[in-house]
Amino acid sequence: MERRTIFAGWKLPMLLVAPQLVLTFVFFYWPALVAAYESLTRTDAFGIHVTFVGLANFRSLFADPLYRAAILRTVGFCAAVTALALGLGMVLAVAADRELRGRDLYRVLMIWPYAVAPAVSAVLWILLLNPQIGFVGRFLVTHGIRWDYALNGNQAMLMVVLASAWKQVSYNFIFVLAGLQSIPKAVIEAARMDGARGWYRFRTVVLPLLSPTLFFLIVVDLVYAAFDTFGTIWAMTEGGPAQATQTLVVKVYNDGVVNLDLGSSSAQSVVLMVGVVALTALQFRFLGRRSGA
Amino acid sequence: MATLVIEKLSKNFGPIEVLRDIDLELASGEMLVIVGASGCGKSTLLRLVAGLEEPTRGRIILDGRDVTPLDPSVRDIAMVFQNYALYPHMSVFDNMAYGLRIRGLAKPEIQRRVQEAATLLGLEPLLARKPRQLSGGQRQRVAMGRAIVREPKLFLFDEPLSNLDAKLRVSMRAEIRRLQRRLGVTSLYVTHDQVEAMTLGDRLLVMHRGVPVQLATPMEVFDRPADAYVAGFIGTPAMNLLDATLTAGGTAARLAGGALLPFADGRRPGEEGKNIIVGIRPEHVRIEAGGMPLAIDLVEPLGSETVLLGRLADETMLSVKVHGAWAGGERTEIVIPSASLHVFEGKSGLRLDPAR
Amino acid sequence: MRRTGNWLAHTVLILGALLFVLPIWLAFCAATLDPAAIDRGELSLIPRLGHLGSFWGVLAHGGPGVPPVWRMLVVSFGMALAIAVGKIVISILSAFAVVFFRFPLRRAAFWAIFVTLMLPVEVRIIPTYAVMGDLHMIDTFPGLAVPLIASATATLLFRQTFAAIPDELVEAARMDGAGPLRFLKDILIPVSAANLAALFVILFVYGWNQYLWPLVVATSPSLDTIVIGIVKMIGIDTSTEWNKVMATAVIALIPPVVVVVSMQRWFVRGLTEGEK
Repeated sequence: MERRTIFAGWKLPMLLVAPQLVLTFVFFYWPALVAAYESLTRTDAFGIHVTFVGLANFRSLFADPLYRAAILRTVGFCAAVTALALGLGMVLAVAADRELRGRDLYRVLMIWPYAVAPAVSAVLWILLLNPQIGFVGRFLVTHGIRWDYALNGNQAMLMVVLASAWKQVSYNFIFVLAGLQSIPKAVIEAARMDGARGWYRFRTVVLPLLSPTLFFLIVVDLVYAAFDTFGTIWAMTEGGPAQATQTLVVKVYNDGVVNLDLGSSSAQSVVLMVGVVALTALQFRFLGRRSGA
Repeated sequence: MATLVIEKLSKNFGPIEVLRDIDLELASGEMLVIVGASGCGKSTLLRLVAGLEEPTRGRIILDGRDVTPLDPSVRDIAMVFQNYALYPHMSVFDNMAYGLRIRGLAKPEIQRRVQEAATLLGLEPLLARKPRQLSGGQRQRVAMGRAIVREPKLFLFDEPLSNLDAKLRVSMRAEIRRLQRRLGVTSLYVTHDQVEAMTLGDRLLVMHRGVPVQLATPMEVFDRPADAYVAGFIGTPAMNLLDATLTAGGTAARLAGGALLPFADGRRPGEEGKNIIVGIRPEHVRIEAGGMPLAIDLVEPLGSETVLLGRLADETMLSVKVHGAWAGGERTEIVIPSASLHVFEGKSGLRLDPAR
Repeated sequence: MRRTGNWLAHTVLILGALLFVLPIWLAFCAATLDPAAIDRGELSLIPRLGHLGSFWGVLAHGGPGVPPVWRMLVVSFGMALAIAVGKIVISILSAFAVVFFRFPLRRAAFWAIFVTLMLPVEVRIIPTYAVMGDLHMIDTFPGLAVPLIASATATLLFRQTFAAIPDELVEAARMDGAGPLRFLKDILIPVSAANLAALFVILFVYGWNQYLWPLVVATSPSLDTIVIGIVKMIGIDTSTEWNKVMATAVIALIPPVVVVVSMQRWFVRGLTEGEK
């Protein structure tokens, strides 16, 4: 990544990089420090006395069965969304990676949901699954299935998983298709000459060559499911019923904005930030080794 | 029209010394070709002259003015790059005009110069096209046009033909030579291709591991290579270089197999048994009954001539170039004519001339 | 064998397309229905094309608890544009500095930016809100957009694009006499135009679709984005006017979908080339 040719001087580049650095410090590092500070303190009920409490907030956080349950729930939710979005994206990409009639139209139809806001996808899925008005939901109810995600936690979870994964399929489709198309034709032809066919060829030649893309997508999908789905979940269930769909981000919002428990929500923010940075580092270790970046 | 003087130019990249003490003088209008294997420092030398790198030591004097501390833009030097480096988003016209616009030339003057260069290079019908719509040879011409319109004091060519196919390379080579003669601009030309070097240069500078090993006219480099490296580098097929020792009195070389090769042009200095290298170009080896036996491993017909790759009795490899097709069998006998021998010191590889 | 493969592919793709198109179609149809009919569960897949009034209704007057949709569209547009343009500008400048210069603390600056790569606003929502309070930016338009402008993704993408520019092109420009800013304007930005367009699409969609941050930082209805507005409209109580909600949802979809589809080619290439 180092260039041979460079321009001389140091004042101009420092000036150019300054706006980005200022924004980064004001909106990332400063908040991070604020969060770290607040996670280590406790403010009394009147908001006057601030006491330093060390790691007490973290201890009580991890001792809280509700928080531990939220962690597990988030992990499960992320895994389900990732599996569904990636799996479906892959199936569609493999199908679209053929010389088909109408190929370009198919691609547009697969790609546009990228533009759908998570909160809007929630609205669309309500229209499908709501037990009173929903197209599918009402069908289920009239056929004797007790479908009501406002009461049944598992059904609520299923619904937010579906709505969240639905929106993310196109992203996976785009990347898997690009990955498939970047596999040199000669490699596939060589495999054909070697007699590898169908699923066997896909599994032994295509899939290994695709694995960096898939790894990248898994990380992106996990981050998406963990954070970007707030709009979907909040619009559909607000984390309910009885916290059945409360992921970690929903809980941060609930505790911090709705219940105004700053110490705990700051500690939760710190935990999330550490988690995300770790995930980023992991990804870059992996991708870095591959591309030498 | 300008002279170029390079004085004690050195360049280190960190602890690695890439160039050491280069001295060079170019007459006005001269075309000097720097030739050497990749990694010999020839491109670095060019980039130092261009101003794209800063030298560790030494000076570069263009037309009597020390340009060493100057930015490339004010050195009045134009460069033709290996990959052409055309601006992909600009038309052919704009590619050529860009440098002139930056220098603030008036529009009619820009128009005139680009038009002139386009005529010279046969680019007129292509002026409105983008680089991606051009063939390799056309791109090459645009890259040259960009240099020409600048009317600089010095042209730099960085392996400009290496991305072209063989046939185009030959015709572009001739074209570059013709243009450079006609414009009379002092030029430095870097290449790893010795045929290009021989055909293009008024003089050659052969470089090896950051050090200049020979600066001379092409024929001089061919006839009297300064050391065994140059001898092996210039000429195809490469010169045969055979290990030998000096006989008593320095009158002949004794090959590893025992054969004696007397020197035609006088004695070489040194005591008996000194290690030397004798060189003989494949085209100078004669097929002659009664000579040394040669077992032929491979026959390479080139059409008008044929290269034979064989082994002497002691398994030393030797290549021979003969006219026409090879009708002989798998064995033959050869003679190495004394008059065509090159003698080099065994250790340093330096040319060993007869003692006076 | 190849034929059956193609039929299978067609089937899969058609099912996939239905999966994506059906919900939108349903929303469009619902927007043309009577709210009472929707409440009775009488959704249909045939729109009442004579009844597009709900679209004009929400555009001009909004719905229960939300301002007119045209106002929210303006806010959404402003926010998405500010985020996309702001990010692109500061990212080009910083990536240019990091790639084409050597200056003190260059590596440190790069890493300071890089560490924030995947730190979405969602994880720093509470502390960022506190900082915004100190800066008196809560419930202001800059408050909506500026914190989202700071992010490493765009810088990283541009850094990658710029690093792939051949050295010789830079050298040719220098020999032609172009200084750094001139090179940036005349060569680098035009040469990176495709990536720039792709990034614009990604960032516009990102900005348009924001939900949590606007929800937290802006409370006055004049700063409601259309995404916020939709969720407000479905509320939790029972009196939801679903036809208006669906009309708003369809309207909310149009701008980002138009941007993505019309710039599809660049967007897909830029996205997949850049992020790996």
